[in-house]
Amino acid sequence: MKLQVENLSYGYDHKPVIEDICLTVKKGEFVGLIGPNGSGKSTVLKNLYRALQPDAGIVYLDGENLFSLTYKQAATKIGVVVQENVLPFDFSVEEIVAMGRSPHKKLFDGDTQRDREIVRNALACLGMEEMAHRNYLHLSGGEKQRVLLARAIAQDTDFLILDEPTNHLDIGYQLQLLDLVKSLQVTVLAALHDLNLAAMYCDRLYIMKDGRIYKAGTPEEVLTPEIIFDVYGIRADVFLHPVTKKVTVTFLPGSMNYN
Amino acid sequence: MHTNTASSTDVKRLGNRREPNLPAIMTGLITVAALSVILAVGLGPVSVAPADAARIVGSRIPLLKNYITPSWSSVEENIIFGLRLPRVLLGMIVGSSLAVTGVAMQALVRNHLADPFILGVSSGASATATLGMLFGVFSFLGVYALAISAFFGAAVTIVLVYVISRVRGRINITQLLLSGVALSMIMDAVTRIITLSAPNALGLHNVAYWLSGSLAGAKWGYLTLPCAAICLGMIVLMVNHRALNALLMGDETAGTLGFNVARLHKLLVLVSSLMAGTTIAVSGTIGFVGLMVPHITRLLVGSDHKKVLPVCALLGGILVVWVDVAARLVIAPEELPLGVLTALFGGPLFIWLLKRNTAKA
Repeated sequence: MKLQVENLSYGYDHKPVIEDICLTVKKGEFVGLIGPNGSGKSTVLKNLYRALQPDAGIVYLDGENLFSLTYKQAATKIGVVVQENVLPFDFSVEEIVAMGRSPHKKLFDGDTQRDREIVRNALACLGMEEMAHRNYLHLSGGEKQRVLLARAIAQDTDFLILDEPTNHLDIGYQLQLLDLVKSLQVTVLAALHDLNLAAMYCDRLYIMKDGRIYKAGTPEEVLTPEIIFDVYGIRADVFLHPVTKKVTVTFLPGSMNYN
Repeated sequence: MHTNTASSTDVKRLGNRREPNLPAIMTGLITVAALSVILAVGLGPVSVAPADAARIVGSRIPLLKNYITPSWSSVEENIIFGLRLPRVLLGMIVGSSLAVTGVAMQALVRNHLADPFILGVSSGASATATLGMLFGVFSFLGVYALAISAFFGAAVTIVLVYVISRVRGRINITQLLLSGVALSMIMDAVTRIITLSAPNALGLHNVAYWLSGSLAGAKWGYLTLPCAAICLGMIVLMVNHRALNALLMGDETAGTLGFNVARLHKLLVLVSSLMAGTTIAVSGTIGFVGLMVPHITRLLVGSDHKKVLPVCALLGGILVVWVDVAARLVIAPEELPLGVLTALFGGPLFIWLLKRNTAKA
């Protein structure tokens, strides 16, 4: 078991945001966390990458209590990609990717040839060698997101947490980014917005509603018209797509006639 | 038109910092810094030729002195060695300290508008330093009383600004600037109350002179503490350069990259207060150096702190040395307070940065 989360709860000002979250990720799995806005997906992940401190619950990473690790130790085991945020300072792409090497560095270590190689490989992996010296601020949203993924690759961990990494991206970039993640063959826990993307890429899904896990299982088990109606409040038609052999969700808005 | 485009791409390349050559930049800056010291000691109401100035300075350096035969008057030697050299060196140290403090505070609040002067840290340090100077409040601390009292004022103000401007775990820029302004007003008011209730006139005169920011009273003895502070500060910050880079990406990201953000913030508050406090204790409030120099540095070498810190320290020193020369010469034989001149350049830059910042957001 790569990651095991038991009874995790977190709240602000005595109002619970997530309650009693239990989930597991096996080695090599691509697990998706889905649910409407405000259902607590991000909060769960933030508790796992320790941006928030949980009120209750235990998290084991490779059998060790995650919260007993130092930040540095945790960072050599978990790479995190979040939505691209506003950066008030100019960095080159290379400098940002090189930050991924930080957890592997002791206080007085310099950057070695090997670090530079890892950074180069991470960029090459995403087809961005040409952009190494470009200014991060001048990149498009999709490119920025790829740089952040390259940083996580340079961090050289076998577990990635992705928090809606494809939001605000064009569909082309969304598929490209998730393909890249898939090709890394690492264990992944990702919060995703788009149900069809989740069905396509994830081995298992956890669907959340009002701060709790509503249902867990394979995409076929989780993405049923009943569950989608219960969680999102909309009607949907679900079938196995003949080409992808994956679950496909088609939404049925109330304003249309279905005869 | 063509040449225009060519030159603008050149500028862009410089601005884009494609692989800035750090060793070359550093060698250049160290040379300029050394030359600045030599030239600046010669300049003033009594001017001494650069060659003589260089030889007077050289005659005090153990290995060099055997090769130098004295050919100058003792008056010149006294002016150069007793008055100007400590002053110029102090300028170097003060400039470096303020610029590096600016970098540290900018990483702390993740905003390039932070500067010890703008966020009221200078005012805080002045308030407690004045208290010490006029009433001897901290006199039990001995020769370091002034520096230590300024350090406390600086630390208290940084912590207050930081706490007030943090809204739900994020530094809010509006809150940051407003709390900086408010705190510096409060601290200035405290300083005025202290000076108005001062028991002695001599102390009052000293305070007034010192408050406006000046290096005029420099003595060799003033150099030790700020020099120790900047050396210590630079070592701590350089060792943590990766952490500073990560902090600019945001607290959460810095955490995921393996840094203990809460501990880093405390370290930055401590280092900034130490550098700002010891500097302000000897030079008074010299504004905007911590804003201008990091900004120029980032245009030259980008935001990587491994490059920003050393370049910033040298540029800051060079800038203050020359501004001080101007302060000595502009209305000679009278002197302008140094802080007046830096405000004259720094103010407009700040306004420009502020406008640019809001346009982006």
